[in-house]
Amino acid sequence: MHIMEGYLPVEWAIVWYIISAIVVGYGIMNLNKVLKNNPEAKPLLAISGAFMFVLSSLKLPSVSGSCSHPTGNGLGVILFGPAITSVLATIVLLFQALVLAHGGLSTLGANIFSMGIMGPFVGYLVFKTLRGKLNITWVVVLTAIFADWATYLTTSIQLALAFPHPNFMSSFTDFGTIFAITQIPLAIAEGLITGLLWDYLSKLRPELFEKVMNIKKGGNNE
Amino acid sequence: MSNKHLFMILALIAIIVAPLIMFNGLGEDEGYFGGADGAAEDHITVINPEYEPWFSSFWEPPSGEIESLLFALQAALGAIIIGYYIGYFKGLKKTEKSENE
Repeated sequence: MHIMEGYLPVEWAIVWYIISAIVVGYGIMNLNKVLKNNPEAKPLLAISGAFMFVLSSLKLPSVSGSCSHPTGNGLGVILFGPAITSVLATIVLLFQALVLAHGGLSTLGANIFSMGIMGPFVGYLVFKTLRGKLNITWVVVLTAIFADWATYLTTSIQLALAFPHPNFMSSFTDFGTIFAITQIPLAIAEGLITGLLWDYLSKLRPELFEKVMNIKKGGNNE
Repeated sequence: MSNKHLFMILALIAIIVAPLIMFNGLGEDEGYFGGADGAAEDHITVINPEYEPWFSSFWEPPSGEIESLLFALQAALGAIIIGYYIGYFKGLKKTEKSENE
């Protein structure tokens, strides 16, 4: 979903930088609070970031015949919310922009907005809505699926806004088609991986999850 | 492992393997298995041929080989961290159990 270096007009690059900077700044404040008040959450924070690292490096084949990669932002959202996830996404995107020339510094703001803010935010809404109504595993799976889709949807909107030829809607449909068909099965795959990791982690450290998420024991956990 | 997890793992494998079977024998030269990011980039050039990227990367991996090295490194770093903490959690659980006994 990375918009390549230089492929976003300057004014749009600035707009997305400003919006992202506000959220990431807020996320850093939140992150400091979590680290101070709940130092035991550190391993989960590291795992959430590492999970994004791994998943965004996996370029998976899709039924559309092209390849794309998952985002891995679902786990962070569930454990720490969208603001802190935006900080984790910034680290991953910086690494990819500097070391791999994937995405870029000029488009960093836009890429943080899609992968670190909009995706997680939509995932968060899905999680909040479904939590307690379904088995927790499927809530996690659906959260990750929607966080992934929303990321690519946002990228399509960003590109359509910057390149509304002949108009925004038709451009959005074009970019959306490029990403969406590829991403539909890949997001489902990402959801399943996230769900499996979640189940494993919550079995290992149930009390840690309770603390981070305030899940009541014996709730809908199995 | 419960049935649920077995089902999840099988579904996961099916999703990733299906395209490889569907497009078996086709490769990059026929336009398959390229990146969707690249396709979007091409589309920008189609709808707006005058667009010139105004900024370029400071550094790019000099070849596909080096690029896959760095991608493998990225995945490995992440996997080490996840594996380290899963091992740590497992160890904690074991200690707690033996202390309770």
